[in-house]
Amino acid sequence: MNFVWAFVIGGLICVAGQLLMDYTKLTPARILVTYVVAGVVLSALGWYEPLASFAGCGATVPLIGFGHLLAQGVLDSVEKIGLIGALTGGFTAAAGGITASLVCGFLAAVFGQSKDQS
Amino acid sequence: MKLTKEEYQQMTTEASPKSQVVRDCIWAFCVGGGICLLGEVLKYFYCKWGLTLTDAGTLTSATLIALSAICTMFGWYQKLATKAGAGTLVPITGFANAVVSPAIEFKTEGYITGVGAKMFVIAGPVIVYGMLASVAWGIIWYFWRILFA
Repeated sequence: MNFVWAFVIGGLICVAGQLLMDYTKLTPARILVTYVVAGVVLSALGWYEPLASFAGCGATVPLIGFGHLLAQGVLDSVEKIGLIGALTGGFTAAAGGITASLVCGFLAAVFGQSKDQS
Repeated sequence: MKLTKEEYQQMTTEASPKSQVVRDCIWAFCVGGGICLLGEVLKYFYCKWGLTLTDAGTLTSATLIALSAICTMFGWYQKLATKAGAGTLVPITGFANAVVSPAIEFKTEGYITGVGAKMFVIAGPVIVYGMLASVAWGIIWYFWRILFA
């Protein structure tokens, strides 16, 4: 059942993004920024955690989940080490994803060939 | 076939842009949902191999990012993206694609100002505003705890 909900909820979050793309003039970069900030806000309000525990990767793989991860990291760090946690919590939680992206980006640039765009 | 102006107008609005949006949404739903499902399957196996839930989540993200990088390298991700739209943009694989794609494209401008700098064209704003929001939330949470807990 977990797998079904991951597919359905993940799909619906993507449809919301698609509707933003079709009905507004938002560029992909703006949509990604909107999604991450929305994830932080939804998580801060306490609305995203129930969805994440219900839909698993359906809620955490879309970029809203990245915002959720940042907010959770900050929450944990503030509880453990106080106000400094507001500065360190976000990157601590997101370190794996961001570092993996950068490493993959570099390796792909080394081994990949830039194609003619024409 | 004889049609009044109103009927013709109704027919065109019914036929053209709406069906395009519906088709886009079906693609986005299936591809986006599929990527999330793949993530869930990966997480299931990582958990089965004895990783904690947090570690399994991190490794799942890393695997999806690596897969996205490979697909971007061969140009497959871009091909899928023309059909799937937000279905390929919104998941973490879309973020990885936004890092990898300019990194490859701007290789010709060198490794420092090309690959190193252009990687952040889209990822930069995402990280900056995500961090700003999370720091704001951290400060609010800190004082909330002092005042109300």
